[in-house]
Amino acid sequence: MLHSASVSLLVEVRPRQYHDSIVLMVASARMSAVPGVEAAMAAMATPLNLVLFKEMGLWTEELAQAGDSDLVLAARGPEPEAAFLAAERALTERGTAAGPGPLAPPRTMRTAAGLLEGANLAVVSVPGEHAAWICWDALTQDLNVFCFSDHVTLADEIRLKDEALRRGLLMLGPDCGTAILDGVGLGFSNVVPRGRAGIVGASGTGIQQVSCLLAQQGVGISQAIGVGGRDLTPEVGGRMAREAVRRLDQDPETDVIVVVAKGGSDLAGLEARKPLLTGPDLTDLALEVGGGSLPADPPLPEWNGGVQGIFGGGTLRDEAAAIWGDRPGFNAVDYGDERFTRGRPHPMIDHTLRLDAIRRAEGLVYLDVVLGRGAHPDPAAELAPALAGRPAVVVLVGTDADPQGLSRQRTAFEAAGAAVFTSNSRAARAVLSAGPGS
Amino acid sequence: MPVLGPEGPRAVTAGAALLAESLESPQVRVDWRPPLQRLAPDPAVDAANARAVERMLAVRPQLVAVGTALDSIPGMRPDLLMHSGPPLRWEAASGPLRGALEGALRLEGRDSADLEPCHHHDAVGPMAGVISASMPVLVVEDAETGRRAFSNLNEGLGRVLRYGANDEAVLERLRWMADVLGPDLARALEAGGPIDLGSINQRALQMGDELHNRHRAATSLLFRELALRGLGAESLRFVDGNDYFYLNFAMAAAKLACECAAGVEGSSLVVTMARNGTEFGIRVAAAPERWFTAPAEAPVGLFLGAYTQADANPDIGDSAITETYGLGGFAMAAAPAITRVVGGDAQSALAATLEMYEITLAENPNHQIPGLDFRGTPTGIDVRRVVETGIQPVINTGIAHREPGVGQVGAGLVRAPLEPFLAAHRFLAS
Repeated sequence: MLHSASVSLLVEVRPRQYHDSIVLMVASARMSAVPGVEAAMAAMATPLNLVLFKEMGLWTEELAQAGDSDLVLAARGPEPEAAFLAAERALTERGTAAGPGPLAPPRTMRTAAGLLEGANLAVVSVPGEHAAWICWDALTQDLNVFCFSDHVTLADEIRLKDEALRRGLLMLGPDCGTAILDGVGLGFSNVVPRGRAGIVGASGTGIQQVSCLLAQQGVGISQAIGVGGRDLTPEVGGRMAREAVRRLDQDPETDVIVVVAKGGSDLAGLEARKPLLTGPDLTDLALEVGGGSLPADPPLPEWNGGVQGIFGGGTLRDEAAAIWGDRPGFNAVDYGDERFTRGRPHPMIDHTLRLDAIRRAEGLVYLDVVLGRGAHPDPAAELAPALAGRPAVVVLVGTDADPQGLSRQRTAFEAAGAAVFTSNSRAARAVLSAGPGS
Repeated sequence: MPVLGPEGPRAVTAGAALLAESLESPQVRVDWRPPLQRLAPDPAVDAANARAVERMLAVRPQLVAVGTALDSIPGMRPDLLMHSGPPLRWEAASGPLRGALEGALRLEGRDSADLEPCHHHDAVGPMAGVISASMPVLVVEDAETGRRAFSNLNEGLGRVLRYGANDEAVLERLRWMADVLGPDLARALEAGGPIDLGSINQRALQMGDELHNRHRAATSLLFRELALRGLGAESLRFVDGNDYFYLNFAMAAAKLACECAAGVEGSSLVVTMARNGTEFGIRVAAAPERWFTAPAEAPVGLFLGAYTQADANPDIGDSAITETYGLGGFAMAAAPAITRVVGGDAQSALAATLEMYEITLAENPNHQIPGLDFRGTPTGIDVRRVVETGIQPVINTGIAHREPGVGQVGAGLVRAPLEPFLAAHRFLAS
């Protein structure tokens, strides 16, 4: 066993050398951490600290003469010099922070709003049960809100919209899929030219269908204001649709106002001095506004059996289902419905569910494919192979300026043998007149 | 005519990255995570909070008098000992609190006494926070409303009652404070008038104090005020010898501001954070009579001499009233000299203060931080923001030895436990 003969005590008083007590605690910790050190401390020689030195066995007579403004270094161990070196480093080191480095990202809407000068919009897509709180936070920061989230309670929707109106802000949503504000697309939206038609809509895909068919006729839009799927229900009473119409009515860059509503909507309160057009058939509406026409329908493939409408857009499903009525053999399923999307991405982003449905389907497959910002980067790459060798109709909602490119997508689907339409109602009618029971 | 503004959309996004990435405009993203409990927007709570925090900010604390606890604090009586934190029974008291209570009993010449929190008597005390009838206390008053709050006098560092030491030297010092220091301070105030603590707070923040763990500037400023009022030489020397002397002044001022905010119906503003060495408790403006508690945790920090984390008592003291008022840990950016307590450099001090803006209702224009371009300190914790972000209030604190009588063994940082905030939110939502 080794004896402690080599252990020694080193004490040094440095007169009138001042260090902050926190710095000295760091220095003490570093000294104690040196291997072999039995006891060590760096401290100002206050009466209190002198007692501590004594208790720790770090006392020499020299300390009796030291005072408040003197620094004491003391260490006991085989190599007390090493502890002194560690103290020296702790006392002389300087932080590296020369200026503000990367700061923690903002955790709340309020704080984030303060970090962007001139912020005027919040885009909210958190899970629905938490969306109302974030939207409220945005409104109180005087931000307009685009709320993609759904599953917000009716009471919260009304409260949010009333608060927005009180503050002169737009509350688009909850459950708002699309908007194009001042030429910038939000959510799922298509790259369409700017122009003089203003759109107000409760349906995201409905707005997309209308704006794309307008673009096809060379007609641009001033604003496309989605107000959320429930805005035009009797409960919400068109609170935000009325405000949107009012704004477009006053907007010198808007000549005509187009209202895209879902079936069963209450449009009674929507009035404007400018022409205000609406209607159940989105294509008829777009043609009425644009005054143009669509190219002739493509020939349909031959098929036996029924029609399986495998939709990603609820409004497009409803439009087709209304045309098909209760004709036997015609089925229309919205895979964007919440019973399919709970816990998984929307079919405009993820094709897994619809690919399964295509495989299971018999007869004619009727597919809507929505292009634009936010949508899948190349739907044809995944969907067209599944359609190859079987009768199919594809409704493509998009423009050539969209990231996926309308023509490119059309070519790929046509190569797989599908009949490609850009109008849902035209396609639905064509299929109806050629299908079973016609 | 633009809908959003002449510069087009300038967006804040929260949620799916996909929507943010496809948005072609300048944007800031919220680092959004699900809240700890569901939050519901409520304009009535917003309005109540605005009223409550406005009251907190409006307070102008003045030191108006020093007198015995018995004479000064309404409801004080000879058979009562006040202590820090939420209520507790003798059996539940930790080492330092027991030591302090025993010492106070001897000081008062009693065998037993009732226990009640300082906070139930508009008072606060650091660490054990024990106040007995004969002790001198600071009387801090709001000039506008006339409301008052109280704190005891700071004994200094080392073996002191508030850390549970109760030997004869400790009691001797307390007797001197009652016989000499207290009456001296009272005379100085009578002669020279009240001392504006709000003004000292503001100046001290600009001189590198955060007013919980660093009071060097504030104590010096107080020294000048007391010297001008002719405080006796012996008392002045005592003030000069203790850089923490101002702590109790800062605490009483903070308590006064929090007290003025208490009792606003519906408000989720936190008006108390306090620890008794066993439990950590908070109270909110809507229900100031009700404590929400959780077990107190041991602070993590730097230790004096050979002491280590194992010696640390669970968190203790009413001094977190400073953080409740936007000082201390919330004002770390003002105090670069003690940034090592929060784990390192000036950057981490800045980060601590900036993080606290996420959970507070206001920025105190009377507590400006030069290093943040004179932005006011983050003031007035909103229970809802704590629930939303999971950000735990940061508290700078002294660390007591777990055995009575040893005293201070370190200084460091503690984060308030979340549980009381969650319980308070459940209560407010029901």
